[in-house]
Amino acid sequence: MRDFRNGMRDGLPIALGYVSVSFTFGLMAVSAGMNWWQAVLISMTNVTSAGQFAGLDIMVAGGTLVEMALSQFVINLRYALMSLSLSQKVDQTIHTIYRFVVGFGVTDEIFAVAMSRKKKVSRYYMFGLIAVPYFGWAGGTFAGAVLGGVLPEIVRSSLGIAIYGMFLAIIIPKAQEDFRYMKVILIAVVLSCCFKWLPVLNRLSSGFVIIICAVAASAAGAFFYPIVEEERKGAEK
Amino acid sequence: MEITKFFQYLIVMAGVTYVIRAVPFVLCKKEITNRFLRSFLAYVPYAVLGAMTFPAIFYSTDGYLAAVAGTVTALILAFLRKGLLSVAVGACIAAFLVNII
Repeated sequence: MRDFRNGMRDGLPIALGYVSVSFTFGLMAVSAGMNWWQAVLISMTNVTSAGQFAGLDIMVAGGTLVEMALSQFVINLRYALMSLSLSQKVDQTIHTIYRFVVGFGVTDEIFAVAMSRKKKVSRYYMFGLIAVPYFGWAGGTFAGAVLGGVLPEIVRSSLGIAIYGMFLAIIIPKAQEDFRYMKVILIAVVLSCCFKWLPVLNRLSSGFVIIICAVAASAAGAFFYPIVEEERKGAEK
Repeated sequence: MEITKFFQYLIVMAGVTYVIRAVPFVLCKKEITNRFLRSFLAYVPYAVLGAMTFPAIFYSTDGYLAAVAGTVTALILAFLRKGLLSVAVGACIAAFLVNII
């Protein structure tokens, strides 16, 4: 039980950050024509920021299910890597059955906090660490979907930039600390701008654009600037 | 949007996301050793977020100037290593201020 409380305590700051972003998600989903319960249901079943915003775009644009599956696969592929690392970090209290549950709650921030613990983590710790941000994510979506409408248009419009601010807060520090990441990010950004602004290319839907940009930039990065094993181990500690 | 269409999207979206997260966690007790694949997977999140942010951030709020003000503010705060919440809120405030002028 003590582990559960520790997990909840560590999850609280994550939850606060999630509330602001999921509020924007709820607001955007409703202004795109969805019901509040649809927005909340998406948040409760997905628990992913970038994936949900991209998924919402595809739903609103009436994209195909293949496009939806592919875009979620590429955008959320990073979770596979995190789950792999996390599977080495959990102790023996996490039996296979609990792995099905904990696996559901792997997000960038939850992963980062769990990995920063000195010792291995128990299932109770993981449950606490996931529960608080999960309710923050779902609750923030609900608040945004229901209350978003009463906000003046100018405030709603200004909130649209929140998610991108959060993305910048994730990628900029990494780019500063390691120039290989900066190069990969720049390749992705330049490609993405080309798909938006160049004729012919700009006919492609946004879901596919993200897939193409991310795969091309990451493959170029892995080919030209591979990350060697010793560094990675050092970075994980 | 039709309800059936919504649930089709939802099932595909949530299903793919869950499988990606849970399957490696449940099945893989060993780590991936292939260097290309490891590097690729390490770069993916940053490439995804970069491609999602630009140029979409410039269209994220009414008024191009407000978007640029929000972007510059977010970039500065992120360079100063402020947390996720501070950067997101800072960008919103900057965009809001330009919007009301």
